[in-house]
Amino acid sequence: MTSTFAQPLIAANDVCMSLQNVTISYGNFEAVRHVFMDIPHGKVSAFIGPSGCGKSTVLRALNRMNDLIPGCHLKGRVVFDGEDLYQPKVDPVEVRRRIGMVFQKPNPFPKTIYENIAFGARINGYRGDMDELVERSLRKAAVWDECKDKLQESGLALSGGQQQRLCIARAIATEPEVILMDEPCSALDPISTLKIEETMHELKRHYTIVIVTHNMQQAVRVADMTAFFNAEAVDGGTGKVGYLVEFSETEKIFNAPAQQVTQDYVSGRFG
Amino acid sequence: MTRTPRATASTGLYERRPLHFNPALRRNRFNRLGTAVAGVFAAIAVLPLVLVLLYVLIQGGRLLSLRLFTELPPAPGFDGGGIGNALLGTVIVTLLASLIAIPVGVGGGIYLSEFSGRSRFAQMVRFANDVLAGVPSIISGVFVYGLIVATRLFFGQSYSALAGGVALAVLMLPTVIKTTDEGLKLVPNELRLGAYGVGASRFVTITRVVVPAALTPISTGVVLALARAAGETAPLIFTALFSAFWPDGIFNPIATMSVLIFNFATMPYPAQNELAWAASFVLVVMILAANLLARWLSRISRA
Amino acid sequence: MTSPYGPTGSDLFTLRRRPAAEKFLDVAFHQLTLALAAVVAVLLLGIVLTVFSGAREAIATFGLRFLTTSAWDPVKGEYGAFVAIYGTLITSLLSLLIAVPLGVGTAIFITEDLMPPIVRNVVGLMVELLAAIPSVVLGLWAIFVMEPAIRPALDLLHRLLGWSPFFASVPQGPGIAPAILILVVMVLPIITAISRDALHQVPIELRQGAYGVGTTRWGAIFSVILPAAISSITGGVMLALGRAMGETMAVTMIIGNALNFNLSLLAPGNTIASMLANQFGEADGIQVSALMYAALILMLLTFAVNVLAQWVVRRLSLKY
Repeated sequence: MTSTFAQPLIAANDVCMSLQNVTISYGNFEAVRHVFMDIPHGKVSAFIGPSGCGKSTVLRALNRMNDLIPGCHLKGRVVFDGEDLYQPKVDPVEVRRRIGMVFQKPNPFPKTIYENIAFGARINGYRGDMDELVERSLRKAAVWDECKDKLQESGLALSGGQQQRLCIARAIATEPEVILMDEPCSALDPISTLKIEETMHELKRHYTIVIVTHNMQQAVRVADMTAFFNAEAVDGGTGKVGYLVEFSETEKIFNAPAQQVTQDYVSGRFG
Repeated sequence: MTRTPRATASTGLYERRPLHFNPALRRNRFNRLGTAVAGVFAAIAVLPLVLVLLYVLIQGGRLLSLRLFTELPPAPGFDGGGIGNALLGTVIVTLLASLIAIPVGVGGGIYLSEFSGRSRFAQMVRFANDVLAGVPSIISGVFVYGLIVATRLFFGQSYSALAGGVALAVLMLPTVIKTTDEGLKLVPNELRLGAYGVGASRFVTITRVVVPAALTPISTGVVLALARAAGETAPLIFTALFSAFWPDGIFNPIATMSVLIFNFATMPYPAQNELAWAASFVLVVMILAANLLARWLSRISRA
Repeated sequence: MTSPYGPTGSDLFTLRRRPAAEKFLDVAFHQLTLALAAVVAVLLLGIVLTVFSGAREAIATFGLRFLTTSAWDPVKGEYGAFVAIYGTLITSLLSLLIAVPLGVGTAIFITEDLMPPIVRNVVGLMVELLAAIPSVVLGLWAIFVMEPAIRPALDLLHRLLGWSPFFASVPQGPGIAPAILILVVMVLPIITAISRDALHQVPIELRQGAYGVGTTRWGAIFSVILPAAISSITGGVMLALGRAMGETMAVTMIIGNALNFNLSLLAPGNTIASMLANQFGEADGIQVSALMYAALILMLLTFAVNVLAQWVVRRLSLKY
């Protein structure tokens, strides 16, 4: 495998999460292998790459969402706040409270809009004014205007784009340190997508954001840093295994990548 | 790894705890409690089956012998004997029931799935079928009693094996219709279009292409309905009644294992009680075998 | 009539012009299946009419008094079904009260990965097989095994709670309490199966969403997963209620078939279904009609519960 890793372009105390030789497998099948990556604090990092390259798998590994998939197993270290998240003594529930997530498909709870926000805050032990938190979160997610008159209606009554922003509001209401977004716009129309991208620009002032996207233009628009993943056939195996090709400033990835394969991908020659 | 203190986004309105698992937290205690309660509940749910099977195997299995299947039950107060007539009777009555329920059920299911679309008639039939499935089994006995037994509909005979078969058929019918309807709906439409495409008639398409493709789900449903019917008692007590003798045609009362268990369980004679256990053993083994067969059928259809 | 196909070349395909017999077969097959489907509706109507016409005499004689009086006297020709109606309602409702938490808990055990898959599959299979055990076999087991085994516990209940009218009588074998327990065994598989299906249908995205904001497993179950599945579970519970009300054999064998009213759960009682099972064979005259009247009541009860169950599922189901 020929891949060089991002040189220490991030000062050590700016590292938010650090992946150290991470290999993730489902049963006997390796989905992605040998990932080294330092995700910087307070920036938007995007994961791009062809389908099946393991970018979503890596993202879900960052807050132990893969625990929910039977047979999924991780080797290596994922360091956050000085702790390897995969040590036995780490509580995945605590991890997810500090590293929030927005999913590919909008998934509001079958509760009222208000409760969708308040639920997460309450289980996280929020002690402040709930009405104020709901409003603040919905505002930050740029969906307040559409929701303010129907806070007691079901979250499912909103349109797809509004539902997704409600889910973003739900994630930021718990004030996580990191927000993971797994192709948050793939199910949405262009106008909703634009609104969510604006939301992300707002959010990166307060949060570290990691986003998986299928859309290279979106990475260019929102991300400070971009990681390019690729998949390659393994010797003797039937499937492909993903690996990290390079991780660098978005501008560099798209204009002057270090690897030829990155150049081929961003110029649309495959994928 | 250097650990650098750093301002987080926290505003202090949240408690930020370390990442380590703390078993003393209320939510973790609640979590353990929930898991324990679910485990206990599952154990309680499984317990009756284990106990019933255990007793049926021990109490009934002891009496297993060739005589059990070849002899008539003894007169009250006498020992020995077997359940031969009841075993044969159960087979006969269940067979009669399936001779009625399978053609009607499969035919009705074919209509619902292949001909009706979403017509109001079909909706009505589906609704009636769901209601019929919820009708208590004893009511089916009352119905057949009122329709056939009390009116002496069959050659002036009142209680008869056939009346019992009709009562069981009423219970089997909803299951057979529903599984046929749903089994046929699973057949991909391309298969129908393919058959029509070579100019096959509707009849040929359905009988030669569609129904064979859905044979496993349909037979699974039929086997399950049969297993249920074989164990039913309530519809038989006052339709097929009981007989101490070997079956005598389908227009006379007939012994069945389920009615035998009911009658003999409440008798004050140990010999009869023991035969009730033995009949339970035979019945349970038959029914569980049929259920496992049905599960196996549905598994090969999925593979 | 000219062939729609080419003037030549079609002679080898002798059936290109569909013979009348084939068309007739299609139509006949259609009509036949339609008639068979109609059998279901006719059957249901037939059941209602048969039971109603059988009950007419008793309805005319006893009227609504039948529902509230508890005389059951073949000598005087006086009949009232209150004991049986009370027994039907009390046994089915109390058995559900016990079976619903057990069944839903078991369904959670089977669907959530609390245990390795092999354990969950075995538990699921066993609960399904429990549903296949014939009612009469459970009745036999209840008479000879369960009732003697739980008698000490019922005795204890009587000693501790004997001051309450519900536990006022000394347990002496068959009674309402053992009947309730055997009903629990019978409806448990239904509730478990329907709850399991309902929980399986809760989309994975919803679970992920709950875990994503940092709930524990049971936090997710109680606040998101169960609420999302609640309508189907409610429908299943109603179906189970219908089954419990109509359940005959096991209850008949263990409830004691009392004709007198007794509020105590430890005393013998009766249900409509067991009354029918016990008396129908030997009844004649107006007693048959009274039994038909009771059967009609049972049918209306189960019908109402089943229709309500379907309505609940359709009406309250989520858009997920």
